[in-house]
Amino acid sequence: MSWIQKLLPPKIKRSEGVRKSIPEGLWSKCPACEAVLYSTDLENNQQVCPKCSHHLRIRARHRLDLLLDPEGRYEIGGEVAPVDALKFKDSRRYPERLAAAAEDTGESDALVVMQGAIKTVPVVIACFEFEFLGGSMGSVVGERFVRGVRAAIESQSPFVCVTASGGARMQEGLLSLMQMAKTTAAVSLLAKHRLPFLTVLTDPTMGGVSASFAFVGDVVMAEPGALIGFAGPRVIEQTVRQTLPEGFQRAEFLLEKGAIDMIVDRRQMRDRLASLITLLQGTPAVA
Amino acid sequence: MKTSFLEFEQPIAELEAKIEQLRFVQDDSAVDISEEIGRLEVKSLALTKEIYAKLTPWQIAQVARHPQRPYTLDYLEHVFTDFEELKGDRSFADDHAIVGGLARFNGQSCVVIGHQKGRDTKEKIHRNFGMPRPEGYRKALRLMRTAERFHLPVFTFIDTPGAYPGIDAEERGQSEAIGRNLYEMAELRVPIVATVIGEGGSGGALAIAVADAILMLQYATYSVISPEGCASILWKSADKASEAAEIMGITAARLKTLGLVDRVVHEPVGGAHRDHLAMAQSLRKSLHEVMKPLSALSIDELIENRYERLMGYGRFKEQPVQ
Repeated sequence: MSWIQKLLPPKIKRSEGVRKSIPEGLWSKCPACEAVLYSTDLENNQQVCPKCSHHLRIRARHRLDLLLDPEGRYEIGGEVAPVDALKFKDSRRYPERLAAAAEDTGESDALVVMQGAIKTVPVVIACFEFEFLGGSMGSVVGERFVRGVRAAIESQSPFVCVTASGGARMQEGLLSLMQMAKTTAAVSLLAKHRLPFLTVLTDPTMGGVSASFAFVGDVVMAEPGALIGFAGPRVIEQTVRQTLPEGFQRAEFLLEKGAIDMIVDRRQMRDRLASLITLLQGTPAVA
Repeated sequence: MKTSFLEFEQPIAELEAKIEQLRFVQDDSAVDISEEIGRLEVKSLALTKEIYAKLTPWQIAQVARHPQRPYTLDYLEHVFTDFEELKGDRSFADDHAIVGGLARFNGQSCVVIGHQKGRDTKEKIHRNFGMPRPEGYRKALRLMRTAERFHLPVFTFIDTPGAYPGIDAEERGQSEAIGRNLYEMAELRVPIVATVIGEGGSGGALAIAVADAILMLQYATYSVISPEGCASILWKSADKASEAAEIMGITAARLKTLGLVDRVVHEPVGGAHRDHLAMAQSLRKSLHEVMKPLSALSIDELIENRYERLMGYGRFKEQPVQ
């Protein structure tokens, strides 16, 4: 023991190695303001930081729970499952990546579609699961999206898509690029049937998802601070060789440039969706 | 124009250099070596055929980007007549990376739209290396609307590394411009034939490639991301581009088997850049054969078929929900 350690009173001596373990997940740190938050508070606040209103990413099913009425909802397209059409292999085979993603998320691909109601207003919602291979759009995402659109048309319901995606899924090659054309063409049918199509762009919405149906909605909304764009910031930086301006490609930047209609706080999203849909459909407001 | 050779073509280049040398010698020589030259020419052709018969996807990607490859304006000269270029998107600017306008195909009026790359440094910059900004896609859409109004078929030519990833492009809504085209092209009430003539680079290519028939030149590529881009994501190194090209399935032959391309247009021996005229002839024949049945359809049938084609994209399986 060195002389200084001898001098210190026993109370403030650091106990080496036997640190008290903190139960996992009880506390979380806001990635934006770094405030230490009680997880339950964050949960009760729809994963929005109570201190700085930073919107944390949330899972697709959690999102659907927040938006849809609890009763009378059912899933569409859950039977559609991925295949490895290209026999794609980099450091790992594509089926292995799929299996690992399924294991981690409990989902079978990156889009969850549900028919239900928002404050009694019937609706079909498609929600991207970013945790599943970066929310990338491959054949299954495209097909589930289309089945959702078809269900909306059959039931004469509006269609809402909540995006969170890095873009097209590389492991399906050109098949995934074609999903951009497929999903966007499906959306054009909604307009023919005079059914509202609304998009909610959340962090992040990039590449192939951004550059297909995301901006052709009747109303395009975004969550505060969401990163939204065609090319990723790193790619742009490498191309133009200059630092990007502060707030570039954030929801607020897009609003300023006229690319989106509005920025909506997650905690008001359900109310605002119900309001916009009834306004578009010319039906009475819901309480 | 002297052919410039790619790395894998070096054996051909050496042979051609030798032929060139002999021709030079021949001029002031009493001995007749024309037989020898002829022999070497045959050999060079055979060698070219041999090399091109087994190109790897990465080598094909290089042919697709060959600096002497015919571009949209070359086809406008050799396949179409009476081209009247129409410029500008009517709200911001004229994008030089996309050209378009009215023309005649076999005497019939049509609208032609295509990516345009530049040959020398100055023109490359002028054309932004064939990478369009939103105004390019908006110009394309405007021209398609004109085509629809006058019931003119649309021919598009795809040859881009991708939509321009720049600050200004993002500010003016690159995503929206591409998405809007996909949306409108799905229901455009005239026949659309798209041909990938060089590089089909991702969303920037697709934005003018939603069509009733998709053709692809033999040594063109079409992919969701460039081989370099794919490699830098998967292996964190652009050097693995050749492996990426292999696994992504970017060639005409592969995409034909996947059902994503309707017809592969054969190129002259040694690639389209060796013989622009022969290439144009082969393309004109293919375009004619593809457009003929399309123009026989009623507009409603055409739109219905296009919609079915779009909805049919994708490979998946159906299984009981767990």
